[in-house]
Amino acid sequence: MISNIIRIWSKYWPVFMQGLWNTLWIALVAIVMGTFFGTFIALAKMSKNKVLSTAATVYIEVLRGTPMLLQLYFFWVGLPYLFPSISDLACVLIALCINSSAYVAECIRAGIQAVDPGQREAAMSLGLTESNIMRKIILPQAVKNILPALGNEFIVMIKETALASVFFIGELMTAFKVVQSNAFLALEPLTIVGLIYLVITLTLSKGMKTIERRLHAND
Amino acid sequence: MQMTDKPLIELVDLHKYFGNLEVLKGINETVHEKEVVSIIGPSGCGKSTLLRCMNLLEVPTRGKVIFEGVNIMDKSVDPTIHRRKMGMVFQQFNVFPHLTVLENITAAPILNKVMSPEAANKKAYELLDTVGLADKAKEYPQKLSGGQKQRLAIVRAMAMDPKVLLFDEPTSALDPEMVKGVLEVIKSLAISGMTTVIVTHEMGFAREVSDRIWFMYDGVIAEKGTPDDVFNHTKNPRAIEFLSQIL
Ligand SMILES: Nc1ncnc2c1ncn2[C@@H]1O[C@H](COP(=O)(O)OP(=O)(O)O)[C@@H](O)[C@H]1O
Ligand SMILES: [Mg+2]
Repeated sequence: MISNIIRIWSKYWPVFMQGLWNTLWIALVAIVMGTFFGTFIALAKMSKNKVLSTAATVYIEVLRGTPMLLQLYFFWVGLPYLFPSISDLACVLIALCINSSAYVAECIRAGIQAVDPGQREAAMSLGLTESNIMRKIILPQAVKNILPALGNEFIVMIKETALASVFFIGELMTAFKVVQSNAFLALEPLTIVGLIYLVITLTLSKGMKTIERRLHAND
Repeated sequence: MQMTDKPLIELVDLHKYFGNLEVLKGINETVHEKEVVSIIGPSGCGKSTLLRCMNLLEVPTRGKVIFEGVNIMDKSVDPTIHRRKMGMVFQQFNVFPHLTVLENITAAPILNKVMSPEAANKKAYELLDTVGLADKAKEYPQKLSGGQKQRLAIVRAMAMDPKVLLFDEPTSALDPEMVKGVLEVIKSLAISGMTTVIVTHEMGFAREVSDRIWFMYDGVIAEKGTPDDVFNHTKNPRAIEFLSQIL
């Protein structure tokens, strides 16, 4: 088996590396876009406006309460009705971004609510406007709570992208399928792919811990 | 100390409920310009709530808060504008940990667009000088002691040139050796003519600097008067009991 693994790696490593690259950028796009939209959803959920906050709650609960695979199928089936020429990859990307926006929104909300309420009161007592309170006082402090959570979401997303391989979009699990059908071996490429996931997620979580320590150096 | 008879804050039939709990049960009081008022009373009687109603950090359930002749509870009034003229100092300091000492002070005048950054910096250094923190301007609050944080919080509130300072137990969270320095800063502000409302358990201080004392009990001002009236001549049994316990 070990010799098979080595043989498959030396023959197919560009396929695996391409898959890894795709996994990383897909997960990154999902998290970055998810963060962008998630910020608005978090603010909507915390808003005093009942309609906004209810809409945001429903959005978050639906996306967190249904399987990711179902959501992928939903957008893969649904989006072509609206955009007939849309690619599979675009459908998957949109589904992942939307899914991640719900999880990220909860990270952001939790991060904001963890800031000492005294900070808001002090800012209010100084006559700062609501938008200045948020942008200059609350968010800069919330970032310390949010960033580590975002890092975790990124790691989760890297693993979740594997589900998208059912649409053969070229990420790491797709690479496994490609190698499997070419080499007529399953366990070996699976082991390789598993090791790659493991190296990436362990490295990232170690990096996150370092960043987290730096962030809290000023506390 | 040099109080006038010009009203600055008038509280008219002020009521505040938290759910079904009535915390303020009809407050009718006036704070005059340059007056120093100390609010005393047992814990839980509503002192903080009363103070926080003055700048609408708590919105009263009923009644009026009239500041400089304007009922700031009117729907048409933006409380943000009025809060700029009312500084507040909190028990837990609430300095901004992500800003330097200097930025803590300049944040409000710059963000509220009442001063240029240069003017705000200049003023901040002057203020820091008055509380002996000028050499800490570039530090983060994490490097300060409790007493220094509270002195920073006081000059931060001063940066907007407020008409009144509201203090909520400013020394209760301090180590004993820090209390004196903070009280001295408050006292010198009071002497300089700053209108001051202070919730405090420092009875010696209240007696020394106040024009008037409000003794609060169970959501009402149960006794009020000059320090001499309240500390030496009160007939109110609640006040007598409270003072005998605390003095
Ligand atoms: N945000 C709040 N929600 C519910 N109850 C509150 C709130 N703030 C204060 N209270 C209650 O109101 C009463 C008065 O509180 P407070 O004004 O803080 O008293 P004091 O400052 O005199 O100790 C207390 O019973 C307290 O539990
Ligand atoms: Mg209190």
